[in-house]
Amino acid sequence: MKAGLFIPCYVDAFFPAVGIATLQLLERLGLEVVYPLDQTCCGQMMANSGSQKDAAGTEALFVENFKDFDHIITPSGSCAYHVREHLDAIPQTADAQKVRRNTYELVEFLHDVLKVQAFPWAEFPHKVGLHNSCTTLRKLRTAKASEIDEPFFSKPIDLLRKVRGIEFVAPSRPDECCGFGGTFSIFEEPVSAKMGYDKVADHHDAGAKYIVSADMSCLMHQKGCAERLGLDIRFIHIAQILNGDRA
Amino acid sequence: MRRIDHAEAASDFIAAKEHQAFHDRRLWDLRLKRDREAHGIPEWEELRSLASQIKEHTLSRLADYLEEFEARAKENGAQVHWARDATEHNQIVFDILSARGAKTLVKSKSMLTEECDMRPFLERRDIKVIETDLGERIQQLDDEPPSHIVVPAVHKLRGDVSTVFARTIGAEPGNEDINYLAETQRRTTRPYFLNAEAGMTGANFAVAETGSFVVCTNEGNADLGANVPTLHIASIGIEKIIPKTEHLGVFIRLLSRSALGSPITQYTSHFRAPREGGELHIVLVDNGRAERLGMQDFWYSLKCIRCGACMNTCPVYRRSGGLSYGATYSGPIGVIIDPTFNIRKYSNLPFASTLNGSCTNVCPVKINIHEQIYKWRQIIAERNQLPFVKKEMMRIAGKVLADPKLYRAAISAAGLAIEHLPRFALYNWLNPWGRQREVPDAPQQSFRSWYIAHRNRS
Repeated sequence: MKAGLFIPCYVDAFFPAVGIATLQLLERLGLEVVYPLDQTCCGQMMANSGSQKDAAGTEALFVENFKDFDHIITPSGSCAYHVREHLDAIPQTADAQKVRRNTYELVEFLHDVLKVQAFPWAEFPHKVGLHNSCTTLRKLRTAKASEIDEPFFSKPIDLLRKVRGIEFVAPSRPDECCGFGGTFSIFEEPVSAKMGYDKVADHHDAGAKYIVSADMSCLMHQKGCAERLGLDIRFIHIAQILNGDRA
Repeated sequence: MRRIDHAEAASDFIAAKEHQAFHDRRLWDLRLKRDREAHGIPEWEELRSLASQIKEHTLSRLADYLEEFEARAKENGAQVHWARDATEHNQIVFDILSARGAKTLVKSKSMLTEECDMRPFLERRDIKVIETDLGERIQQLDDEPPSHIVVPAVHKLRGDVSTVFARTIGAEPGNEDINYLAETQRRTTRPYFLNAEAGMTGANFAVAETGSFVVCTNEGNADLGANVPTLHIASIGIEKIIPKTEHLGVFIRLLSRSALGSPITQYTSHFRAPREGGELHIVLVDNGRAERLGMQDFWYSLKCIRCGACMNTCPVYRRSGGLSYGATYSGPIGVIIDPTFNIRKYSNLPFASTLNGSCTNVCPVKINIHEQIYKWRQIIAERNQLPFVKKEMMRIAGKVLADPKLYRAAISAAGLAIEHLPRFALYNWLNPWGRQREVPDAPQQSFRSWYIAHRNRS
């Protein structure tokens, strides 16, 4: 299976290790993975700010870069969601529609498409708190949201349970948004930071040594908050744990 | 007109640490109670779907149902008035009162009369208006609007209430006992019930087939106000109509469970006809609703039954307080309704959201709140209402991210900046990210550079 790897701009710039883990993991699982070199971003930031006209060029470039792939995989829930549900600042050509249909967030791709049964190389002997980003939780629906009355399910936990030695701890408000919210983190800085402080403190109080998530943007924000508060807690992307990072 | 600066007001709210912590805890507790009640009913999600469908059906034939309601209400002996906007509503109420020489109006909580700014309108015309809901009375005495549509004074601590009551209704200064405070309000409000010439209520639901309406409260104040004076005025937004009495079975089960996590309100009172020797006036108010009904993406907001569940669950609302929205309606529902009243003034509100979607999940009538917030942002950008800094930031980002060469230059510059700028430059007031957060470390190389070095075989 030949897959296109989409590494979001902030991961490319600040968290290359997450991109590398994603690439290596997919390769271990037998995929031929191609990273189109002219990719930049999906356009989410401009679109979430309402600025469709400023998103159009980036969205067009995205389609151009990924139009030949049947599977486009990204280690970011919010970027996957943008492409799938909101990439509409440009004309909806056959290519655009194909790209939107074929884009997957990493966890759902591993869980639903590859149906991975084991990660024999993975071991993570730590207490972790899982952070489901609001996009994966309430839009991509990779786990049960606490507001909805339905049986429990969690695709990230299904995957992480296959990792040796991992131990889960749950914060008191598992689904509460951490306050990143894209440009919300800048333009609503006081509320954003307060939400982040509350979030990392909740995980810390629950005894988590690591916070793991499928969205590095939430973790970037939470990490910044925890460091400023001086909390002893670390942050790791789910791709890194599943790829065998031990710490 | 100046834009409401939600972020700045929120900053002040957060600075009052004890208040903010209480506010967050209290409302989160309501959310948890809501979860327990909702999840205790196996058909909860089905009820939400039914409620949504009934509302959408009704709104799609609103004119017919309104006329049916009017006809039945008149047959019942009520007098029905139609108000196009806030001013017409206030004038109608004033005319009813002044024609009967009424000088005092006792009223129960109504967001509609807040929306119409009715109290100052009547007070300027020498009508004394007394709020009788405890929270709303606290807010009236403190000369503040309600900060929450169900619990209007939730942002106040008992000490604040004690101070207000000592200043305004003769409570003992420094006495913060909640029973004492509630009793003091009760004791000082009772005489108004007994002596007022008129009482006013809103309505939670108006039933087309019977011409009756339903008021749900927990304090019994609405019933006193409606039943003691001989004149009862009910102000009702036109979106409150439901077709049949049997539909109440769906909405009553949802309302208080969603609002306060209680199975039902203490009082669910049905009003149909004036009592003997009395008068019942119903004012049906549009005030922008008909126009909203015509808005393709936003008419769903008219399904709202004003339970406040979206506010209780909203992590932004809990950390910024209702008053920070600078509008009658705050929290998620406010964010999607307020811009219909004034797009420029409220243009920042749809950005006071992380688009987390919890509001949509708790909404008992399934309003797609977070999707409407997203849509409003587009409308605000199209109408050129984005603040200059944000507009410029998006224009530049759009240009850079659409061009691989510019993007790569920007990425390496960002890394360089983080690596080489001194700490005071990274963490000053110009950099909102760094004010309360550390910035991420600059890695040795971008993912792309790593990929070229390790994988690119072309």
